Amino acid sequence: MPSEPSMPSSLLSLEGATVRFGGRAVLDAVDLGVAEHEVVCVLGPSGSGKSTLLRAVAGLQPLDAGRVTLDGRDQSGVPAHRREVGLMFQDHQLFPQRDVAGNIAFGPRMRGASRTEQQARVEELLELVGLPGAARRSVAALSGGEQQRVALARALAPRPRLLMLDEPLGQLDRSLRERLVVELRELFGRLGTTVLAVTHDQGEAFALADRVVVMRDGRIAQSGTPLEVWQRPADAFVARFLGFDNVVEASVAGQVADTPWGKVPVPEGAPQGTRTVLVRPAGVRVLPADEGLRCTVTARTFRGTHVAVHLQPEDAPRLEAACALRAAPEVGAAVGVEFDAADVVVLGRSGVPE
Amino acid sequence: MKQAVKQAVRPARTVRGSAARLGLMAVPVAFFAVFFAYPVAAIVARGLEVDGVWRLGRIGDVLAQSDVRHVLWFTTWQALASTALTLLVALPGAYVFARFDFPGKQVLRAVVTVPFVLPTVVVGTAFLALVGRGGLLDELWGLRLDTTVWAILLAHVFFNYAVVVRTVGGLWAQLDPRQEEAARMLGASRLRAWRQVTLPALAPAVAAAALMVFLFTFTSFGVVQILGGPTFSTLEVEIYRQTSQVFDLSTAAVLTLIQFAAVVAVLAVHAWTVRRRESALRLVDAATTARRPRGAGQWTLFAGVLGTVAVLLVLPLAVLVQRSLGASGFGYYRALTREDGGAFLVPPIEAIGNSLQYAVAATAIAVVIGALAATALTRRDAGRFVRGFDALLMLPLGVSAVTVGFGFLIALDEPPLDLRSSWILVPLAQALVGVPFVVRTMLPVLRAVDGRLREAAAVLGASPWRVWREVDLPMVRRALLVAAGFAFAVSLGEFGATVFIARPDHPTLPVAVARLLGRPGDMNYGQAMALSTILMLVCAVALVVLERLRTDRSGEF
Repeated sequence: MPSEPSMPSSLLSLEGATVRFGGRAVLDAVDLGVAEHEVVCVLGPSGSGKSTLLRAVAGLQPLDAGRVTLDGRDQSGVPAHRREVGLMFQDHQLFPQRDVAGNIAFGPRMRGASRTEQQARVEELLELVGLPGAARRSVAALSGGEQQRVALARALAPRPRLLMLDEPLGQLDRSLRERLVVELRELFGRLGTTVLAVTHDQGEAFALADRVVVMRDGRIAQSGTPLEVWQRPADAFVARFLGFDNVVEASVAGQVADTPWGKVPVPEGAPQGTRTVLVRPAGVRVLPADEGLRCTVTARTFRGTHVAVHLQPEDAPRLEAACALRAAPEVGAAVGVEFDAADVVVLGRSGVPE
Repeated sequence: MKQAVKQAVRPARTVRGSAARLGLMAVPVAFFAVFFAYPVAAIVARGLEVDGVWRLGRIGDVLAQSDVRHVLWFTTWQALASTALTLLVALPGAYVFARFDFPGKQVLRAVVTVPFVLPTVVVGTAFLALVGRGGLLDELWGLRLDTTVWAILLAHVFFNYAVVVRTVGGLWAQLDPRQEEAARMLGASRLRAWRQVTLPALAPAVAAAALMVFLFTFTSFGVVQILGGPTFSTLEVEIYRQTSQVFDLSTAAVLTLIQFAAVVAVLAVHAWTVRRRESALRLVDAATTARRPRGAGQWTLFAGVLGTVAVLLVLPLAVLVQRSLGASGFGYYRALTREDGGAFLVPPIEAIGNSLQYAVAATAIAVVIGALAATALTRRDAGRFVRGFDALLMLPLGVSAVTVGFGFLIALDEPPLDLRSSWILVPLAQALVGVPFVVRTMLPVLRAVDGRLREAAAVLGASPWRVWREVDLPMVRRALLVAAGFAFAVSLGEFGATVFIARPDHPTLPVAVARLLGRPGDMNYGQAMALSTILMLVCAVALVVLERLRTDRSGEF
């Protein structure tokens, strides 16, 4: 059993993990722990180092500094095939010359399972991923969604201690993605699998994960439950990455922030001084033209449940407001704007506004 | 965009990876050091070292001889003429194979390829039967070409037709016709569109093919040995003559060095054009670009190419077979089984068994060495050193068989390595010539295997050895068989090296043919034809098997 007193609950832990490509740190002193049965999703834009993180844990990418421990055991020097972690590749990488069963049985076979065991495992997993009877099909004949399921079954087959997913749903179309993410979440919960996934899609991350880790330029920008990250982004980068555009520099004093949009009320107990302030679109209230901050409507985007209205104040950054369908003003209309303290967040200092 | 980022973050090379690569390289490197570099070094020493003193002036002395200059001049201009003639005759063929769809295309493709794997001796003999003394043309019109250079040039075209059709036609078939259509839509005439769009795309392939043909014809041995008579002699033939008739090993060594330098220069240019060929072309499935010939022009072209193939490629072989049947009741063939006590200590028919044994051994060596080298060369992070090795592997192919044979003769006949009396000498030399074919056939296939497929296998618990067995091997099995087939065909037909080192009582088929041709009389001539026919059939069978195995045409041969 694991015997690392400092981190007793972590199945996987990275300590100061660093990878450099030609002087540039793609992974920059990353510390990360994943507890048993936890589903952690690393979220970040392309090039933020999230795939490298998975490759480092898998043993496909040697570290330049720091270490990876699994079950408390240092993995440096342990080659990929002895780490007993599963990795589902972004574009699946199914073996084209083997059929579905041949792909799924590959891992158990490498670990010396008997023919009967392999066969039983294949059937069990095909049942699990919802493709019963597909064992003898050629992988070339599978649809994108089916390939994804087979790739998952293949990764799960050797019962890895940790399952890693690289953009698990990246290639699929939207409706399929939304359905599969729910299935995955349910499956991991049922199996108690420990999962480390990476994605650039925040919706996917929030739907899948117990904990979300946002990465930027090889460093961890924020870590927390989906709700925490969504409600309180750590800095301007995280806020913008989550799709929030109403982010400005402000000076906070008491319960008021002085911003280019004028005085904005902030919640009680907000940090004081020069800060970055985020106003969620729901906190931008549209009023008649003669009240509050004067703006012109430049665009309207229908979002299903609401309309995103883009507003241009006279000499301040653009604002986005979420309006009810019926209340949304027309493009070109002059409106006034007022802010709701409940949807204003004073961000940490680390943020670098862009 | 995302893909580009992924490409940029390629894994850095690891110490472990380098060690594995060096391990893979060790065997091929050792093989080439002992059986190629060492003999070549021995040639250098033999040519330039006199009584323990290095005399570079020897090169000048040899070059000053007028007959040597004559040989050099002839070697160069016949190679240039052969190359030009081959391009002229074969480019329309490349077009027809690339763009036209017709019944029997597969068969015709095989027919066109047969000459390339035929032993030079067979080609020489076939052309002798067609244009030589008592040949078909002599009988019909009293026309003899074997005293002119035309016999050599035509034989060279015969030989290299497939090189151009395969290299150029293979690419041509994969060029997207819509590129040309786009140019037409923008106002270019048919010819203009071809010149502006297709030709630039083809140019590197044409250049590469031309260089290959130049190389093959520059180092031509068997064909010139048989068809050249006393008048025409290439460097290769001259080296052989100096060694086996004049016994001036020192001059032979200097000539070998001159040839070596010329070949290295041509290979360097070839490597450069190959790299250019890898430029970004939009390639499509070859099967989608071909269609039936339409209109009088296209049918004329098609008929012309068919006619060329019939006269130039099929006729000589048909005449060869017909001549071999000249004596009643397979007389020439039956004569092969008799001991004649002349140039042979054994019945000529035994050459078949010898050839097959040697070829099997040579194939095994070539496949092992070539596969190891190709695997090492596949690594994406292969550095400059490894790429250099890639070019080095091509050397024995270009540097000519005579160099290899001559090198073996003077280097491996004394301690520390005395293999003179060992049968393995012949397969070793043949393997050296076969390895480049194995590497060239396997490399494109191995490189096409997605590296992440190997990673997927590793993460699922496969050790590096099992990754190779489970991922690489199933994909390259076919290529490996094709490579083995090539190596086998090359070994069977190998003449230049074997003629130096084959023991008199163990001749191979080509050596036996050459010996028979070297002796007067109808019976010897007929037996040579018969033995050539047998050799041709064995090679043709090997090729047909190859063609069946071969589905993708990504390799260079």
